[in-house]
Amino acid sequence: MSDAITAGGVTAGRTVARRARRGASYPNWFYLPAAIVFGVLFLLPTIASLFFSLTRWTLFEANFIGLANFIQFFREPFLVQGLINTLIYGVVTSGLKVIIGMLLALLLTSDIIGRGYLRAVVFFPVLVSTVGVGIAFVALMHPTQGMINETLAMVGIKGPAWLTDPRFALYSVALVDVWKGVGLATVIYMAGIVSIPQDYFEAARIDGATAWQNFWAITLPLLKPATVTVIILSLIGGLRSFDLIWAMTRGGPGFTSDVIASVIYKQYQAGFYGLSTAGNVVLFVLVALIIVPLSMFLNRNEVER
Amino acid sequence: MNSLRRYLVGGTAIFVSVFVFLVPFAFIVLTAVKDRKSAATRSFDWPTSWHLWDNLVQVIQTRDYMLVTAFVNSTILTVASVTLLVVLGAMVGFVLQRNPSSRWTGLVNFFVLAGLIIPPAVVPTIWVMQSFGLFKTLHGLILIEVAYGLSFSVLLFRAFVATIPKELDEAAIIDGAGPLRLFFQVILPLLKPVVVTVIVVQSVAIFNDFTNPLYYLPGKDNVTVQLTLYNFQSQFSTSYNLLFMNILLITIPPLIVYLFFNRQIVAGMTAGAVKG
Repeated sequence: MSDAITAGGVTAGRTVARRARRGASYPNWFYLPAAIVFGVLFLLPTIASLFFSLTRWTLFEANFIGLANFIQFFREPFLVQGLINTLIYGVVTSGLKVIIGMLLALLLTSDIIGRGYLRAVVFFPVLVSTVGVGIAFVALMHPTQGMINETLAMVGIKGPAWLTDPRFALYSVALVDVWKGVGLATVIYMAGIVSIPQDYFEAARIDGATAWQNFWAITLPLLKPATVTVIILSLIGGLRSFDLIWAMTRGGPGFTSDVIASVIYKQYQAGFYGLSTAGNVVLFVLVALIIVPLSMFLNRNEVER
Repeated sequence: MNSLRRYLVGGTAIFVSVFVFLVPFAFIVLTAVKDRKSAATRSFDWPTSWHLWDNLVQVIQTRDYMLVTAFVNSTILTVASVTLLVVLGAMVGFVLQRNPSSRWTGLVNFFVLAGLIIPPAVVPTIWVMQSFGLFKTLHGLILIEVAYGLSFSVLLFRAFVATIPKELDEAAIIDGAGPLRLFFQVILPLLKPVVVTVIVVQSVAIFNDFTNPLYYLPGKDNVTVQLTLYNFQSQFSTSYNLLFMNILLITIPPLIVYLFFNRQIVAGMTAGAVKG
């Protein structure tokens, strides 16, 4: 401890001492507590899942059965349905969040009355309990007594049966997901819009650009980092989504709104631990196969420009 | 002309927002104060009679004060895991940013990204927790929340440590501060803004977490607030007023946090966007 101080007067000596201490001042053991928790409760199960997905598993004994779980996963119609639904749900929610989020952000950064109020109400659902929102919307989306269809009936539209119609169930949940999550996309876009230098719009105004040209030539390209973030974040969330779907439909009617995450839970409840774990591996591979190339592609363009 | 547009567009937006965003919340509140019979119709109308207090007492008393237990459990869970997330996350973010030449840096960065992307493997986690005696325990769930939330915290801390001048570290080191003193007495106090952000964002996330308690903390004695909804759903299937009163009660803590820390929440959640 006193070495550095006694070397004090001589500049060279101090630099050497400082350099020698640098490693010691930022010791690697600072990683250790976090690494133990993360390693034991996240990495270890993830690695173990690769093995257990190949077994018939009761938690006490695991019989190796090769790829049988995965074969079942791609052969059973309701499991395949879950895989397709996961993709639909991820793409629909993240697409809508990009479009609606960007439009809302443009609206909320423009000069209109009631901006503070609007920002608050758009963002608040992000913080509310997902299960609570789900239960409330189940009541609002009731085919005959629900408020949404009663309102539609007043203007002469016969609303769909939302959650009880197999064709609409998944999309109805996706809509509620967008309702709840669009506030996050909006604030990300708002941060992006605010950081665009006003000079560009100034220059465009002198060149006589219309509002429409401003949007396509300035705002949209410069919002690309925000768009990348919104797409990646909402895809990761959408593909893994479980609680809203479980609270609203439990994967029903039938298996029409099942996604991989709800399949994992159902197989776990039924005691098919091997199959449930195989579902986890499928989800992992699916998310990685989509997110990693997508983020590399989106970020590569970023560098080239 | 311009100011007319200002009022027209703003007015339309406010009008639409009332239907899209306020009505669902009003529906929750109004249903929560109705009597059982009129709540069952699921209609959006003014309550004929107010039962705010009755419903409140009834929800709290249901199943041996389960909601009270749940609030206690959720509070312990949130406070403990957020504390750990702040300390452990800041330690990792600090060393990760300050010592990039360490041979661990690449690996740590890789694990941070992996933690953000990979969906946790449920049953193997239960298996690991069982062998450590952590399954169905509150401290087990606390560690789970820490493990799952670390990546996001580390990202926030690493970005913020980069804004603290290294000269400060060097001054402290020359004055003889060891790594622990340097971190806890010099760096951590300077991280206060991002600490607040991490606390707010993570505590809302953990308080609202449904999936992890469902898997790793089953059982009646251990309920967390989100699971009370799930448990009451079947029991309250005929009493919508109580179910919605329950939703209302568990929405209050996030609402309070939002009122006070609006700015930090937005800052934390948009932190990724600035980097691009």
